[in-house]
Amino acid sequence: MMRLPLPWLFALTGGALALLLVGSLATGPMALSFGESLRALFAGQESGIAAHKLLIVQEIRLPRTLLCIAVGGILGLCGAVMQGLFRNPLADPGIIGVSGGAALGAALAIVLLAPLGQQWQSLLGIGLLPLLAFLGGALTTTLVYLLGTREGGTSVTVMLLAGVAITALSGAVIGLLTYLADDQMLRNLSLWQMGTLAAGKPVDVALALATLIVLLLLFMLDANPLNALLLGEGEARHLGVNVQSLKRRLILLTAAGVGVAVAVAGMIGFVGLVVPHLVRLLAGPNHVRLLPLSALLGAALLLGADMLARTLLAPAELPVGIITALLGAPFFIWLLVKGRRTL
Amino acid sequence: MPASTPLLRCHQLSLTRAGRPILDRLDLSLQAGTLTALLGPNGAGKSSLLKCLTGELEHEGEISLFGRERQAWPAMELAHSVGVLPQSSSLNFPFLCEEVVAMGRLPHSEPASRRDQIVRAAMTHAGVEHLASRLYPGLSGGERQRVQFARVLAQIWQAPDDPQQPRLLLLDEPTSALDLKYQHQLLTMARALAARNTAVLVVLHDLNLAARYADRLVMLEQGRLMADGTPAEVLTPALIDRLYDYPAQVIHHPETGLPMVV
Repeated sequence: MMRLPLPWLFALTGGALALLLVGSLATGPMALSFGESLRALFAGQESGIAAHKLLIVQEIRLPRTLLCIAVGGILGLCGAVMQGLFRNPLADPGIIGVSGGAALGAALAIVLLAPLGQQWQSLLGIGLLPLLAFLGGALTTTLVYLLGTREGGTSVTVMLLAGVAITALSGAVIGLLTYLADDQMLRNLSLWQMGTLAAGKPVDVALALATLIVLLLLFMLDANPLNALLLGEGEARHLGVNVQSLKRRLILLTAAGVGVAVAVAGMIGFVGLVVPHLVRLLAGPNHVRLLPLSALLGAALLLGADMLARTLLAPAELPVGIITALLGAPFFIWLLVKGRRTL
Repeated sequence: MPASTPLLRCHQLSLTRAGRPILDRLDLSLQAGTLTALLGPNGAGKSSLLKCLTGELEHEGEISLFGRERQAWPAMELAHSVGVLPQSSSLNFPFLCEEVVAMGRLPHSEPASRRDQIVRAAMTHAGVEHLASRLYPGLSGGERQRVQFARVLAQIWQAPDDPQQPRLLLLDEPTSALDLKYQHQLLTMARALAARNTAVLVVLHDLNLAARYADRLVMLEQGRLMADGTPAEVLTPALIDRLYDYPAQVIHHPETGLPMVV
């Protein structure tokens, strides 16, 4: 496919994101026009706009929109970095075990700790469930990394297979936990597993946005070494890159990024797989362009998916993870078919 | 650094893997301005020696580069003057060839205009300027090898403010994927680089190519230095028979007088 010039790409994805942002503020059970929702966003109490409209836009729709942008950006960015790190365009943040481990942490929180954790949740601020999900994700990733690391380098194959095994193991433990759970716990568990952005608490939104910004800045510093890594680990070393420390840094940062995303929004699959692919088609694989564009497009994509989730079965709401899986899984299969000979 | 100091010196270099000695107390020095061919049967330790020199394998013994111990060099600084061309490269992301060559400039910080200039010049020297806007994964094996060579050329491109900067170029079987024309073109380029204050070490299997382009042949056998000298000194029927277990004859080229193995 033809590569587009860089300013066009940024204008295109940035424009799409801005449009979706306003659309997301305007969409919902109470329809608002674009202009109305924009005015309500910046208006104060004395602006003459009805107080309930201000409340809906500023207190309900804005946090949710920002959370979508932050989580989508993190997932797109981490997907791009993981694919570079594994030198495999099929790698996905979930594959190295973060999602499985995070789900296990969340299941533990919901089933074993939730009955006694009500007071703790308010005390901890960000809540017991997100914290355990994040810890579970980070611990699993570290374990997978240790399994995959041998003297002289990290075996990508071993890491991928270890990720598969650990995801299966945590799935089994979650299965066991469902036998211990009561009805309310089961409902919480499945809602969290499918991913939801509705509960956009300000502290979650701030955490996710801060994570996105910090990760983007740190990953951009490693954009050129990541390009060199695609040549091969030996070649990157010959070009003066400290490969071991680069890999360790990227693994920890992606684990933290995906951990935060999973913790605040649940399991949202395929964004990290689909977005870097689309960007590579339009902009090429150079990480200097790929990373910021993946963050932008990831944000736009998740925002669009969330608008679908909110409106398709209105007034009921679908978990956004179902939408991204419906869009992403066929894409993944298409990639497999397309690359069958080369994988 | 005094002019006579070898660019590369290894002393009592040993490498053991799973209890088996791969390299055995090897001594080797390379001077600027020379092209040295590293020869030996399969499994003699040629690639392992190269990997020790580039710091990819842990080893015993000392290696010094440009008069300073290898470990004491910051990796980025060393990458300014040591270029390595591996046997094959696994890049399968759709980079343009000019982007691949530009990766060679990673260790350098410079304005984009200067980088593009060097990338173009390196591609011209490696004979791949016509591939600049082709996608790397779509190339043939030989074309890929030449693009990678251009990348290494770009990496150790002479700085205009330091034309006497000594450089080291390590090539691991660079001709294996190339046809006759490009085998000679690549080695001619390597010779030209050697003439510019560079020490070139190239792993070769073709004894005749080695005799034609190298000043010095170094023969390895089971991790030990078997022979070291000019092509005429090293390429004798007795030695070839002993090393490769193959009865060969050595004749002399009618024009150049260089030894040829038939």
